[in-house]
Amino acid sequence: MSTLDIEAPLPRARADLMPALLVLALAAIALPLVGSFSTWVTLTFAGLAMGMIIFIVASGMTLVFGLMDVLNFGHGLFIAIGAYMAATVLGSMADWTQSGSLWTNLAAVLPAMIVGMLVAGAVGLAFERVIVRPVYGQHLKQILITMGGMIIGEEIIKMMWGPQAITLPLPESLRGAFLLGDAAIEKYRVVALAVGLIVLGGMLWVLNRTKLGLLIRAGVEDREMVESLGYRIRHLFVGVFVAGSMLAGLGGVLWGMYQQSIVPQLGAQVNVLIFIVIMIGGLGSTVGCLIGALLVGLMANYTGFLMPKAALFSNIALMVAILLWRPQGVYPVTNR
Amino acid sequence: MTVQPLLELKDVHTHIGAYHILHGINLSVPASAVTMLLGRNGAGKTTTLRTIMGLWRATQGQVCLDGTPIGGPGTRTSPPDMARMGMAYVPENMGIFGDLSVKENILLAARMARNAAQLDTARLEWIFGFFPALKKFWLHPAGKLSGGQKQMLAMARAIIEPRRLLLVDEPSKGLAPAIIQNMIDAFIELKQSSTTILLVEQNFNFARRVGDFAAIMDNGQVVHAGAMPELAEDEALQTRLLGLSLGSHQ
Repeated sequence: MSTLDIEAPLPRARADLMPALLVLALAAIALPLVGSFSTWVTLTFAGLAMGMIIFIVASGMTLVFGLMDVLNFGHGLFIAIGAYMAATVLGSMADWTQSGSLWTNLAAVLPAMIVGMLVAGAVGLAFERVIVRPVYGQHLKQILITMGGMIIGEEIIKMMWGPQAITLPLPESLRGAFLLGDAAIEKYRVVALAVGLIVLGGMLWVLNRTKLGLLIRAGVEDREMVESLGYRIRHLFVGVFVAGSMLAGLGGVLWGMYQQSIVPQLGAQVNVLIFIVIMIGGLGSTVGCLIGALLVGLMANYTGFLMPKAALFSNIALMVAILLWRPQGVYPVTNR
Repeated sequence: MTVQPLLELKDVHTHIGAYHILHGINLSVPASAVTMLLGRNGAGKTTTLRTIMGLWRATQGQVCLDGTPIGGPGTRTSPPDMARMGMAYVPENMGIFGDLSVKENILLAARMARNAAQLDTARLEWIFGFFPALKKFWLHPAGKLSGGQKQMLAMARAIIEPRRLLLVDEPSKGLAPAIIQNMIDAFIELKQSSTTILLVEQNFNFARRVGDFAAIMDNGQVVHAGAMPELAEDEALQTRLLGLSLGSHQ
């Protein structure tokens, strides 16, 4: 090697747009299969809204895994807590949710979101301290104990709200749909998409524009080096775990209103989708998580329309196909 | 030459799992000087640096900084504590964050700076003087740098703020000769600014040019410690302890 090394041009850093194009390709492939353009628009919008909700709940979990290699199978519990908090808060504000005013309705949804996030965050803090911390670095124990934690959580939910499904009616002005030509766009999905975009924007801002975000991204790559630079990764991890729990709580509020009916097992049901999403995205990758969530949301809606019995299988098949193409997910994190 | 030690290892033992790697290290690292830690592959040099930094726990003995125990049984000092006490560590694999830009890597190492605007620009320019490639590729992803450029970045990260003690594992690895000279100049300037440096190195020519003191390790123990000029002139000692002579690396 010579001094040329200093001047050696770097390989051109090309943006890897293939995974994003995959989302467009999936939508394009679905169009002729669905047949009707207006139905396709409706399904696509519904898929994007569902994808954004899944992104909100999965983004915290992918960072938790990336930072500390913690496999938290109990993440679904925070989603269920968010959904039940929404049912409780919105149930106690029935006058507000039944009002015909959009602003009054949103004024009821906002506290539901805040309470859902705060309670899920508080439970997340306790969950990390009591359940996760004793099993750092032990994957098998993490799987078993976090699943156990979620089962206990589900039983507590049954004790408090009962085992039967609870309806979670949408506020009055969020019901129904806008018509775009022949395509129906459900109003609530517009709200869900907007909330998802706000969360995405905030998350990307924190991760890319703040030192805290730098630390999180660096910690996902090489936590030992982050510690050697003088930062306490354990504190960072607890913060990310709680933030991830709060996001899951927010996602639970949105998911509950999306389904309009919630059961104590809701967390376990959504957990499957979360794991598919973070494996598609690449463990620890936020942008990968977004791509994975959008793919899963779209796939679920298209197959739900075309082949309802194959809905869950289609997402697993999608994951397998993507892992055959990119075994570490669409956007693997360097050094992992 | 008698120099007050900044760092002392007293009968330090380190186990990694079932393996007993360090077998009672005794080492004194003089303040404001460069000490070279030499030895064959597998002698325990990297383990010694990692034990000092707290990345692996000393199971017996004591690591002292300025006379205060910071490592060994009974101490609870972690790597972040070591960094806050003024220690910086450059691992053999460089520990570069490949998904982050060069700027972001440097910003993380400057704990006092909340954003790039708060970086000490004079110090940054001083570093760019040694490692100009970093200025050129300031906004590029660090993962795209060549091996030598990553080594420069790892060093730059370690010295972006004044440190009391630098622990560097094989700094010359993969570097072009011109950059090795710049690295040597950087170590000499750092030493003059009262920074204490402990280097693990396989390149004996580099070691001779940089080091004030040398400690040779074999089988998890320090088997020789003394002034570098003495070792550089004693080919019999080099051959006996290192299996090589500096003469063969001219």
